Amino acid sequence: MNQEPGSALAPPRARSDVPFYLALGVLSGLYLVLILAMLVADACFTTPDHLLQALRSREIQYAIRLSLISCTLTTILSLWVAVPLGYLLSRFPFRGRSLIDAILDIPIVLPPLVIGLSLLILFQTPPGRWVQQFVPITYAVPSVILAQFSVSAAFAVRTMRAAFDEISLRHEQVALTLGCSRSQAFWLVVLPQARRGLITAATLAWARALGEFGPILIFAGATRMYTEVLPTSVFLELSIGNIEGAVAVSLLMVAAALVVLLIVRVYGNDTASLRRL
Amino acid sequence: MITVEQLCVQSGLFRLDNVSFEIGTAQYAVLMGKTGSGKTTLLEALCGLKAIVAGRITLLGREVTRLKTPERDIGYVPQDLALFPTMTVREQLGFALMIRRWTRAAIERRVGELADLLELRPLLPRRPQGLSGGEAQRVALGRALAYQPRILLLDEPLSALDESTRAGMYELLRRVQHETGVTTLHVTHSLTEARVLADVLLVLEQGTVRRQALPSDLDQAERPQSGSAAFVGAPTDARSAPGRSVPRNAL
Repeated sequence: MNQEPGSALAPPRARSDVPFYLALGVLSGLYLVLILAMLVADACFTTPDHLLQALRSREIQYAIRLSLISCTLTTILSLWVAVPLGYLLSRFPFRGRSLIDAILDIPIVLPPLVIGLSLLILFQTPPGRWVQQFVPITYAVPSVILAQFSVSAAFAVRTMRAAFDEISLRHEQVALTLGCSRSQAFWLVVLPQARRGLITAATLAWARALGEFGPILIFAGATRMYTEVLPTSVFLELSIGNIEGAVAVSLLMVAAALVVLLIVRVYGNDTASLRRL
Repeated sequence: MITVEQLCVQSGLFRLDNVSFEIGTAQYAVLMGKTGSGKTTLLEALCGLKAIVAGRITLLGREVTRLKTPERDIGYVPQDLALFPTMTVREQLGFALMIRRWTRAAIERRVGELADLLELRPLLPRRPQGLSGGEAQRVALGRALAYQPRILLLDEPLSALDESTRAGMYELLRRVQHETGVTTLHVTHSLTEARVLADVLLVLEQGTVRRQALPSDLDQAERPQSGSAAFVGAPTDARSAPGRSVPRNAL
């Protein structure tokens, strides 16, 4: 029996998949082109002379130094928080875990300026002022580190949690049957397996800290040769009309970001942990 | 001896109620039951990895119901083996001894003994990635036996192995149990494993463990003979040998 064309039983007419792939390619490609075009534009705008001039400037040398030191300290502090908190969230289904999880999203979703303002207000409260009797924080170097830490730690915690989630609980259980205490199981069995997660968390925290600007501007100010980090330099150079200098400093940060990306790709937890951020 | 009396274990929504059974010292018990009947939960409860709601567990005359996992001295081989991916085979075998602060020389000696018993010597410097199923199984067994526990719990140890490797493992398990005198509880779905290995057959069904006679058609020829070339120095058929519990630390 012949089927009538267009009847309910007729197979659908095969349509070309080309438009679908074309749409996928064009839409994805547009964004990739935008990213690369920005970098190329930066590179074309500046000359090696501008870069050298920027590197020779005392202010920028100070900003590089403070950025390196503050980012490294922020990374260390972030890991100190991220390892226990990530482990806690990954392993123990305690009451209030989702609340803690939600609280950890606050630094990630909050506008950076609001974080800076909140830190500023916090250190004007009586407990904050009491702390400042011993260590000056607001508009001083510690405020740079604290502002960076407030945001970077949240990213490090997310990464470490993802890293611990990927490690089977069985390993710890077997370690316990072999005579380990909980702490020994953690240090000897779990943490070595989380090495890649640690590297990823550290590099992400470092990169995030390097790019932090909003909270630093509000909480630490933009005092040359004092609370000036690289993003502050870009801002200050722009504000005095030295666009070449700003672009030169930006390129330094682009180079640092590319190095971080490379480290994460080579040593890190592939992209599994990043995807969960 | 493993004595479990009216044990109640809660694991999420799953619950085992009033489980009681007994396994004699140096016996090889095989526990069978359908998927989801709670075999793994029961092993974990014996190890102290699952909270016990009620009942009593006594291991070799010592009540361990409320003891923490490391205090129970139970060798445990989980179904997925859970070999430590960052350690070499040598480090895995010596791990429990390192925790017990044995001297380096004593650890080295014991690791050597285990490597010989389990034919692991060429694998000692390797990490678990890339080991075959049978090799990984032997490493997990060695890691669990290293500190000479008197109780050994095996959770479906042979399920992931091919037929020929499995046959080798039957011999090995019998030999290990015979030479060490370790009281063994082996969880499996396979009636063949029960026939070949079991001194005692336990069946977990609807939350109750009952002892069942070994299959009557048991062919003695199927059982690995301890007197074969592979069992140098071991007495004849372990199951039928009277007073077969060899002294501990015989290794």
